[in-house]
Amino acid sequence: MRHMSMINFTKTALKNFFSKPATRPYPAVPRLYPERTRGSIGIDIDACIFCGICSKKCPTGTITVSRDTKTWQIRPFGCIQCGECVSVCPKKCLTMQQNYTIPNAKKTEVSFTQAQKPTEPLSAEKNPETKV
Amino acid sequence: MSTRSVVPFGPQHPVLPEPIHLDLVLEDELVVEAIPSIGFIHRGLEKLVEKKDFGEFVYVAERICGICSFMHGMGYCEAVERTMKIEIPNRAKYLRTIWSEMSRIHSHLLWLGLLADAFGFESLFMESWRMREKILDMFEYSTGGRVIFSVNKIGGQRKDMSNDMIMDFVGILDGMEKEIKALSNTFLLDYAVKSRLDGVGILTKQQAHDLGAVGPFMRASGIHLDTRNLGYGAYSELSFEPITSDVGDSYARTDVRIREIYQSIDLIRQAAQKIPDGEFAVPVKGFPSGEYMMRVEQPRGEAIYYVKANGTKNLDRMRVRTPTFANIPGLVETLKGCQLADVPILILTIDPCISCTER
Repeated sequence: MRHMSMINFTKTALKNFFSKPATRPYPAVPRLYPERTRGSIGIDIDACIFCGICSKKCPTGTITVSRDTKTWQIRPFGCIQCGECVSVCPKKCLTMQQNYTIPNAKKTEVSFTQAQKPTEPLSAEKNPETKV
Repeated sequence: MSTRSVVPFGPQHPVLPEPIHLDLVLEDELVVEAIPSIGFIHRGLEKLVEKKDFGEFVYVAERICGICSFMHGMGYCEAVERTMKIEIPNRAKYLRTIWSEMSRIHSHLLWLGLLADAFGFESLFMESWRMREKILDMFEYSTGGRVIFSVNKIGGQRKDMSNDMIMDFVGILDGMEKEIKALSNTFLLDYAVKSRLDGVGILTKQQAHDLGAVGPFMRASGIHLDTRNLGYGAYSELSFEPITSDVGDSYARTDVRIREIYQSIDLIRQAAQKIPDGEFAVPVKGFPSGEYMMRVEQPRGEAIYYVKANGTKNLDRMRVRTPTFANIPGLVETLKGCQLADVPILILTIDPCISCTER
């Protein structure tokens, strides 16, 4: 006969009653991401040589590189954050950032052009050009 | 003789996170027959292998399932590596083993939570998932993702774990082991929980064998079989025994899964002691050719990856036989003769993963 008892969970329940919550009050306490978190792809456009290897290696084909216009484009909602582009970049100008792509009702495309003044890494409000 | 009636169960049902449909033939409250049908979320991932490069397909393979995503990626990689006759470095084998066992712990904790939710024990459900969260954090810390890890590649791993990181994980798991002990007391000893599990849905050893059941569902019926014993990854260098029970009811399945969590913690501990230093990936040249059938023990049971390559960058065929698919005949057998109210629990005890099954 297997041993049975009726108040097994009481200890855990009481402990939980008097201990701090396991969750975080989110907007007040921000989420701290570990170093390896794969959030979104950022580019230091001034260091880019427009070789196009990232675009060829991208499994979802979400990166477009144009050498003529010196433009590097990404569709952040098509990106699966595998990090393949970051690992193959010969100039190491691509980085994996911890912040996730901000949700959007439209599947936007973000483009960076080298002639412009130095751009900030990819984040929602600071995209130099965002077109739909 | 009482009248028979057919009650449709699913594909949308409060207890099922994923769609499976069963036509339950009832005699009063007793189920006399269950007719399953699947196919609601077919995505055609296997067909994609003809379009994607064999290296890129790892990312597709990972997305077959959100719970055992690591093992799907690994199973595909192991199969392709064998067609290409690549020997991956020892460190990569150990890394795969550690991540696999972490997946198993998190999958079993998820399942325990869902089971508690199915019989209405909400705080037990929260408690299980609170612990699972620690494993997800460990995954994020080591791979960068909580669900999709993208660390597998043909020829090894894309990321390494430092020895300090592995020892940190072992420390966290040591602490978790005590908490899981308290949790398992409720699952295994509580009167109310036992009344829902004990003696419900018995699958005998002979039935489990004949119907081709796999994984904890099969081992709970007393079959001493575990695909990890084939020695893929680093399992050949670690010592473990398949965990079995002779009873074959829902209680036995819960018991087997809880003991498998302890076993996984122990395997990670052993692997952390034995992991060698060195490379964690080898360069891959050429294209795969030939065919291979790889068997991997996932949390839900044995999964089979069949790849057929033709010497080009695209494979001819990739086929996955997932554990849930193999367990559905066993499930239908256990449902016969049960009460209608026990159907949700019994469906859960095979740990169904319908997204895997339909790919």
